[in-house]
Amino acid sequence: MKSSVITFPGSNCDRDMDVALKKFGFKNKMVWHADAELPKSDLVVLPGGFSYGDYLRCGSMASKSKIMQSVINFANSGGMVMGICNGFQILVETGLVPGVLLRNKYLEFICKNVFVKINDKKNKYFKNVDNEVLEFHIAHNEGNYFCTNDQLKEIEDNNQIAINYCDKNGKIEDQFNPNGSLKNIAGIFNKEKNVLGMMPHPERMIDTSLSGEDGSLFFKNLINNLK
Amino acid sequence: MKISVIITLKKDVLDPQGKVIHQTLDGMGFEDLNEVRQGKYFEIDTKETDNDKAKAKVEEMCEKLLANLVIENYKIIDPK
Repeated sequence: MKSSVITFPGSNCDRDMDVALKKFGFKNKMVWHADAELPKSDLVVLPGGFSYGDYLRCGSMASKSKIMQSVINFANSGGMVMGICNGFQILVETGLVPGVLLRNKYLEFICKNVFVKINDKKNKYFKNVDNEVLEFHIAHNEGNYFCTNDQLKEIEDNNQIAINYCDKNGKIEDQFNPNGSLKNIAGIFNKEKNVLGMMPHPERMIDTSLSGEDGSLFFKNLINNLK
Repeated sequence: MKISVIITLKKDVLDPQGKVIHQTLDGMGFEDLNEVRQGKYFEIDTKETDNDKAKAKVEEMCEKLLANLVIENYKIIDPK
């Protein structure tokens, strides 16, 4: 399985993602934002970080960079595109997934482990994951998911919510919402479910000596689903 | 020609920064405020000399980059 991780000026989780993808069997290539062509890929990842210093709105500049036109075409032809954290912010700015990510409700940068409940398994990202709840890491200042009422209705009608913030038992309540996200939304799909944007970082949970292994479950499963 | 653009958050979008500014102003003694909303201001200096054309270009910039229309409104201030 071939993957590509796009590096933007200010990306800082691109190498972590490279390590994670390779660990679970992807042949990964790093792709520079100013390149026009995407290498042949089964999965494209927009990594976390602070592309373009978060100027104007997080992800807004990166969403207009040269490589993104190829990424958008790839996504629109059914290619798997995953945006993590800043990558999620870039995805919403391209319009590939609906909504926006606002400043966290309490204006704090949040850096901690959270639990997320998988809302939908009829997709290549979460199909066959045994667990209902995964422990991932979040580190962001703008992860407060918001969309219009019309968009929310559409998202819910199409079952586009990927994961919600919850407690370790999978209970989705306000008190387990770290950043004020609408409906505790931590990740969302496009309508076709080949594009996934999520704030949590699975690539930070691939080694017990770091902070956990639920990311390993995610990546192992992902590569199997793509085969 | 210089054109200015003001970008504001839509009415229903939470503005935590505006809220904190409101609270701080309140603490400083400006107690009769109903609400504070924070926005963005751009000054765009363009080579275009035709008012209407320049305005149309800036409108396109707003739609494509400067504003995110899910949460923001923009207002173009007439060029001088």
